[in-house]
Amino acid sequence: MKLFTFITQLLQLIILVGIAPAFTGWVRMLKCWSQGRTTAGLFQPYRDLIKLFSKEVLLADNATWIFRFTPYLVFGTAVLAGGIIPMLTVDLPAASTADVIVLVALFAIARFFTALAGMDIGTAFGGMGSSREMTIASLAEPAMLMAIFTVSLASKSTSLSQMVHVIYAGQSAFRPSIAFALIAFILIALAETGRIPVDNPATHLELTMIHEAMILEYSGRHLALIEWAGMMKLFLFVVLGIAAFAPWGIALSGELFPVLLAFLFMLMKLGVIGIGLVLIETGLAKMRIFRMTEFLGSAFLLATLGMLSFFILE
Amino acid sequence: MGIGPLGLTASSIVILFSFILFIPLLKSSQRLLINLSFFAFSAASILGIAGGVWTVGAGITNKFIIPLGLPDLPFHLRLDPLSGFFITVISLLSFFVSLYSIGYVKGYLGKRPVTNLVIFYSLFLAGMMMVVIADDALFFLISWEAMAAASYFLVMFEDENLENRKAAFLYIIVAHVGAIAILLSFGIMAGLATGFESFSGYTFDAMREADVPLKWATAAFLLAFFGFAAKAGVIPLHVWLPEAHPVAPSNVSALMSGVMLKTAIYGIVRVSFDLLGGFPWWWGALVLIFGLISAVMGVLYALMQHDLKRLLAYHSVENIGIILVGIGLSMIFTSFNMPMLAALGLIAGLYHTMNHAVFKGLLFMGAGAVLHATGERDMEEMGGLIHRMKWTAPLFLIGCVSISALPPFNGFVSEWLTFQAFLLSPVLPSPLLRLLIPLGAALLALSAALAAACFVKAFGVTFLGHWRGRHMPRVHEADWFMRSGMILAALSCLLLGVLPTFVIDWMDIIPQHLVGTKIGASSGAYGWLWLTPIAPERASYSGISVFFGILFVVALTYLVLHITRGHVERVPIWDCGFAKLNERMQYNAASFSMPIRRIFGFLFKIKEDVKLTPCSTHKPFPKKLNYHLKVRDRFWGWIYKPIVESCFWLARHAGKLQQGRVQAYLIYSFITIIILLLFSR
Repeated sequence: MKLFTFITQLLQLIILVGIAPAFTGWVRMLKCWSQGRTTAGLFQPYRDLIKLFSKEVLLADNATWIFRFTPYLVFGTAVLAGGIIPMLTVDLPAASTADVIVLVALFAIARFFTALAGMDIGTAFGGMGSSREMTIASLAEPAMLMAIFTVSLASKSTSLSQMVHVIYAGQSAFRPSIAFALIAFILIALAETGRIPVDNPATHLELTMIHEAMILEYSGRHLALIEWAGMMKLFLFVVLGIAAFAPWGIALSGELFPVLLAFLFMLMKLGVIGIGLVLIETGLAKMRIFRMTEFLGSAFLLATLGMLSFFILE
Repeated sequence: MGIGPLGLTASSIVILFSFILFIPLLKSSQRLLINLSFFAFSAASILGIAGGVWTVGAGITNKFIIPLGLPDLPFHLRLDPLSGFFITVISLLSFFVSLYSIGYVKGYLGKRPVTNLVIFYSLFLAGMMMVVIADDALFFLISWEAMAAASYFLVMFEDENLENRKAAFLYIIVAHVGAIAILLSFGIMAGLATGFESFSGYTFDAMREADVPLKWATAAFLLAFFGFAAKAGVIPLHVWLPEAHPVAPSNVSALMSGVMLKTAIYGIVRVSFDLLGGFPWWWGALVLIFGLISAVMGVLYALMQHDLKRLLAYHSVENIGIILVGIGLSMIFTSFNMPMLAALGLIAGLYHTMNHAVFKGLLFMGAGAVLHATGERDMEEMGGLIHRMKWTAPLFLIGCVSISALPPFNGFVSEWLTFQAFLLSPVLPSPLLRLLIPLGAALLALSAALAAACFVKAFGVTFLGHWRGRHMPRVHEADWFMRSGMILAALSCLLLGVLPTFVIDWMDIIPQHLVGTKIGASSGAYGWLWLTPIAPERASYSGISVFFGILFVVALTYLVLHITRGHVERVPIWDCGFAKLNERMQYNAASFSMPIRRIFGFLFKIKEDVKLTPCSTHKPFPKKLNYHLKVRDRFWGWIYKPIVESCFWLARHAGKLQQGRVQAYLIYSFITIIILLLFSR
């Protein structure tokens, strides 16, 4: 039985690494359809990654070890984060290693080093991207923590597995604090994964790009790792949202059948969330960078309101 | 006394003092003086570490009375786990910094004599150690003043700069205003212990026994909190800190920021938990609120700085705030009689005390190495140092990662514990606290995220990119003494981050003494790998697994990708075809923080000047652009400027009495005598 939990853990990592590009492909496909364009297919992200991996790496003359180390670290933290979020089952050996605060901090490490890599070469674009990314993160990260804290207050634990357990155990009744937290979480997830209206993953226009500006100098396998990690990050935010707000379907034990069922549930939820994401992205325009304060400020406020309403009402 | 922990600590202090006697003999050979003295100080620090670790580990309390001092008022010494913990923190950092100083102080050879630096350095170390083992008000205040005076002279070390003299003057004034408040606080406690006629109440034992009525206890606490807050740099009493810390020699800045501020934390914990004992919840709320203000404002001010050491100094304000948040939460829980949660808050605060000592020491040592190598403190002139300083850069980076509260390093562990303490607060019965605490958690999260932004800026602008100044000086790497000090500090950052359970089990005796229970950090079925305060299903964190997990995945990915070929091609920077890239086009400290300055600008006093010199032939193309930015602390204008101005006003008016004629002075004395006679009749 113990062995089987390790297998599910491994399975979960494989699913993360393997399916994340497909989810990105799904979102792109939906976007093409909604805008009346022909799609490149669900598997285009895989083809992009393979192409990048087979290309050589061009490195600026003065790039240091920080620049070369960052892609591996970013990839590594994304994989590690995938080990602690219950995607298929809550019975994960790695889940007790780290709780949700550590999870947020893992994303922060990746961002910290990406921002440093952006400044490493010494071009204006890199610094601009780093500065903007860290500004947005410094507003988004506390809001994210507050949203997650609100959920964890209700479940009296910061361990994600425990949070899923508690939500299962009943109390599925509508709670105002959770509603606030959910809205805040959606806003932050858009900001953290660099989607419209905060950042546009498809643009390289200097006035608007944020995340892309930092990684502008990357090429070859380094770029592939960063792109892959970016797809994994989007996937992770979706499964984190599922685990914290709508965990129904996740297996409570490590048995084979519930895990399989959980996998099907997860695919269904991913499909639906992809549609929601595309509706947001096609419905909104990208904001000016200094409008971001209002956007993230309201996310922060909503999350804090959620926590306040927990303390006062519940 | 036999060889007990107190003996070890005392002998460490004796070494520090007795070495001063040898200094005049060594004065002629400055190089020998530096080598010998700082080796001796490192050895003394090791004794201190041994004494501190032993005391806390065994949970013993040693007392001793020295028949020195005023007649009938001997000095009392006491080493209990709380003192032992602070002795450990002080000695640990002073060990690293003393090693570092062997290399660093040699930078002054041939420029100025360092005898003063050595003398006051040893006095400073001894003063800090005496403060935490003092067990009576008299000895405490003497040590406190010795520490303040020694550090004043250290700030004044390069006294030819007006900046240094001004900073030191401001420092000594704030330090003394604080000391007066502490003296008054002890006065209240001692007076209520034995009555105001007798002097025997000056020992801390008498104060512990005393049954102080609440309103007097409140007065004593408020005075002590004010006094210690002035030393710790709690906003709004912080103005001296960003002035004094940057101008001191860097090894001294490391000690001042790393451990001297912590003696104030010690004072707050000692007075509130130990000497006064019981307290109402709003004392804790007060500490919590000031802690939160300091945490957020400290990091925001730090973001606006472009002087590397000033930036670090403002971060000390932030971190003192985070420590006070832990302690404030602990006080609140204590007053509602929840010892387990109080212990958690206290451990969080104290663990952060130790962490901050180590990483801030490391960062100041790194900044010192940069200053030593380039002669520059202004980040706007720096850049690209990672190419020249192959050791300092990664070590400084470890400090940056630790202070930004990123796992697996140590800063994260204490912030994690503080968040856990926050999340356990729904059990509190007071409605006001239910409003305050969610906001508190939000502000703490905000300050942690801003700290990460600030250190991306600090490291990125200093070490990455290209040199921004006009002429790149001949940069040299720090020598092995400086490196070893920094390496040891960096290792401690990692160890405190990945093995927190050992350290917390070791210091668990302190909450046992002060609030009555242990937290049992590694309780439950998980063992030493997992940090599980309160209960395993509540929250768990295993720093070591995170560390090795990241390491494993990174190594695996690297190997997989390098099986076939690891070739990379070096090419010139892509300049978008512009071909005229220069180093002034890089983002610098001011531009990096510009978005944050715009968002939080209302908190500062910002003066921005742009001057365009238009080209005579092409109007739209300016020939030159001058940009001038000045960001100032609002608190200076709000609080300090009125005080300074009213002092000057008073002095001007009182100065009119001074006529310079003997007759006038005779009349003054005559009138004074008449008035005195009238009153004493």
